[in-house]
Amino acid sequence: MEIFNPHSNIHFLSLRRYSITVSALLMVFAIGLIAVRHINYGLDFTGGVLVEVSYAQSVDTNTVRQTLESAGFQHPLVQSFGGTRDFTIRLQPKPGDSNTDQTARLVMTALTAKDPGVTMKSTSFVGPQVGAELRNDGVVAVVFVIVLIMLYLGLRFEKRFAVAALITEVHDTVLTIGFFALTQREFDLTVLASLMAVVGYSINDKVVVFDRVRELFRNTRRAEPEEILNRAINSTLSRTIITSLFTGIAMAALYLFGGPVLHGFAITMIIGIIIGTLSSIFVSSPLLLWLGVSKKDLMPVTKENPELAQRP
Amino acid sequence: MSDFPRWKYALVAVVLLIGIVYALPNLFPQQPAVQIQANRGGKVDSALEQRVEALFAKAGAPAGSLVLNGDRLLARFPNTDQQLKAYTAARDALGEDYVVALNLASTVPPWLRAIGANSMPLGLDLQGGVHFLMQVDNKAVMNQQMQRYTDDIRDALREKHIPYDEVVRLPEGVRIVLRAAADHDAALAAITANDPDLTLTTASDGVTVNASLKPEKLIAIEQSIVHQNLSTLRNRVNALGVAEPLIQQQGASRIVVELPGVQDTAEAKKILGATATLEYHAVDESVNPAEATQSGNVPPEDRLYKMRGGGSIVLKKKVIVSGDELVDASSGFDPQSGAPSVNIELNSAGAKKMLDYTTQNVGKRMAVVYIERIPETRMVDGKEVHTSRTSEEVINAATVNGVFGKRFTTTGLGLQEAKELALLLKSGSLAAPMDIVEERVIGPSLGQQNIVQGLRAVGLGLGLVLLAAAFYYKLFGLVADIALVFNLVLLVAVLSIFQATLTMPSIAGIVLTLGMAIDANVLICERIREELRGGSTPLASIRAGYQKAWATILDANVTHLIAAFGLMTFGSGSIRGFAITLAVGILTSMFTSVTVTHAITALLHGGRKLKTLSV
Repeated sequence: MEIFNPHSNIHFLSLRRYSITVSALLMVFAIGLIAVRHINYGLDFTGGVLVEVSYAQSVDTNTVRQTLESAGFQHPLVQSFGGTRDFTIRLQPKPGDSNTDQTARLVMTALTAKDPGVTMKSTSFVGPQVGAELRNDGVVAVVFVIVLIMLYLGLRFEKRFAVAALITEVHDTVLTIGFFALTQREFDLTVLASLMAVVGYSINDKVVVFDRVRELFRNTRRAEPEEILNRAINSTLSRTIITSLFTGIAMAALYLFGGPVLHGFAITMIIGIIIGTLSSIFVSSPLLLWLGVSKKDLMPVTKENPELAQRP
Repeated sequence: MSDFPRWKYALVAVVLLIGIVYALPNLFPQQPAVQIQANRGGKVDSALEQRVEALFAKAGAPAGSLVLNGDRLLARFPNTDQQLKAYTAARDALGEDYVVALNLASTVPPWLRAIGANSMPLGLDLQGGVHFLMQVDNKAVMNQQMQRYTDDIRDALREKHIPYDEVVRLPEGVRIVLRAAADHDAALAAITANDPDLTLTTASDGVTVNASLKPEKLIAIEQSIVHQNLSTLRNRVNALGVAEPLIQQQGASRIVVELPGVQDTAEAKKILGATATLEYHAVDESVNPAEATQSGNVPPEDRLYKMRGGGSIVLKKKVIVSGDELVDASSGFDPQSGAPSVNIELNSAGAKKMLDYTTQNVGKRMAVVYIERIPETRMVDGKEVHTSRTSEEVINAATVNGVFGKRFTTTGLGLQEAKELALLLKSGSLAAPMDIVEERVIGPSLGQQNIVQGLRAVGLGLGLVLLAAAFYYKLFGLVADIALVFNLVLLVAVLSIFQATLTMPSIAGIVLTLGMAIDANVLICERIREELRGGSTPLASIRAGYQKAWATILDANVTHLIAAFGLMTFGSGSIRGFAITLAVGILTSMFTSVTVTHAITALLHGGRKLKTLSV
């Protein structure tokens, strides 16, 4: 079975003005969103107390909040969690309050006083300093990964490929984070892990296209960069989309059946896969063209790879 | 087909077989169990076995099996209800002489365990429990160290009769102001002889000297503190009766403590926050400890102590030197005899007392008493009453061989014993304060729910990808499916061999790996289709497909691996679990998606004249 016309020759490169403009606008929009709406960091990053409770009967979120407020808790953040019986409650500990384990216990005391059918599922306390450190480490890790990948691409391919990959990677990451600013979904540690996985996935996608670009440049006698890039995108198009679909299917299963703990992870991956796939087709190759990739730049590398050089 | 050599078939077969064997233990569910170990004074023997059996029967929770294994008794139960009943009964009846703990017992057959095949340990998020992240208070440590050096410098100057105007502690060092510049060299020599780890700098006035700690010494101190605290925490957690605790260093100055099965954080925190110290006492050789134990009679100036590892000893009540006078302890080898030894360093005050004592007591025995204070809170008449339980035991008693003061060594121990004693001495004396900076409690029902959902996600994720691949690539899709199933088996096998902890993030990693592993097959199949369209024969298409796709697969996977390694450098435990799963998954998928599918394809199509390919 084939969904895609194998002889398709859509002229993606001719759309480059539009596609790059749209991408740039999206980036500006995402950065604006992040700056204005901020990211809704989870407990891992902000520090504080989180209590997960389960009621025997359905309860309204407001009821839970009111119970807590009347017990003297300030600004409790109550969210329902996969239904009307499970809730997460987040509290910022007051400055100088050292007994955070007490906080969790007091929450439970207040809730059971109102409704004895409530049970504690889990509690977490994260110190503010741990959270701040984690945020720094996260940024460092993402930058570290992108730089290492660039180095590898610079060695295996050519510096223009590394630069194009870098820009597209930053584009994909910023857009994915922008999604979190837009929807105000909670950004926790598993989401960060997922974000790094998006970086990995998206680079994987670009490398496949780049690989074909390199191959076509080497095997074509009179290589017009625009023509080569377009052919590379077209001949890898079916793979790009099919792999995205397959990985997307696995992530959808994770979202639907993996329980609420992994919702953030799965949704980030799905968003990241969509953005990564689109940028592989519409962004990375136009960038290569603008950076001035040419047959000449790719030939010396063949010394390292005699097998490829022997091919007609 | 000749381009797939025979040794590669063998390789595939062997790897798959090993993978199946090592992944197998994960199919055996763990069984709820209660584990009983001897504490101070208790003895695990067949008498205890019978007693426990009767206890369980009385509690209405007869054990499925009761096995005496060395120093522990393990009782298995068909369900957690019975396990809890039995646990409560045993804990109440056996008292302080035994440590009773909830445990999950492996049901993996012995022949599998004999070859090192075990199931993956479950993370806290899958089995419930408490998690603490503790941070060493480095400032307090620095303070402690500087206080010690200030005292030492004062004593050194006084001893050499060098007059000084002041010796004051600064946040980062010590400032010494001498009375006369003429004493400068003598003062420096005296201080350096006493504390070689200090860097001394003289100000332009010739009388002010600033002492600071050498950076390498500072790092060494920090490391040894985390090390000491680790060992102290380990000892304490054992007292808590947790079956499989995890106590690990994280980063430079943090320690993770995970206690599966524990739900009461308050109780756990008290034990972790206990303080310990030690005291040196003279041994009273005139009293026979065995008789004293029997009669209970000891002279008024003496006291009867229990020895670690059994037996008792009678010591003088008077303390020679106490733990706060101890500066450092390390294990090493005696330069004369080459026997393992513990090297101990006291501060000046302690050194003087030790010198006075040893001058008069060469040839007599001296004992080290380890004292631990564990704060306890009990409810009495509805009010919380804070008390503390003190446990004292003699960890070592050795003969005084000569006169010594500041530095001395204890010999007569095994290598391991010497190491442990050094750690115990340090942990008693230098316990650096620790703050809990992160705390999580995962209820047992949530753990169970996570397991069910995690497994379902893996199963359905795999199933859907299998269907999609078979649908889209027909026969080649089916071959890729077989490889994908083997990828899961291999991934689980490798993670089990390394005993990586299975957590929710690592389950996410498994599902992601399954979704992405198919990419290599997509690349290969698309290439084969291209070759076929280009007019190649089926066999040539397969060969060219694999050959051309390989370079792409390699590049794509290496960059992906870099991303996984980047995640691994990231400290936090749960993220590391995900990163490790991802990295292992990328490696196994390269093997299964390329080599395994190539082997199967070669088997299916080899030696036949083909007109078409089902791809």
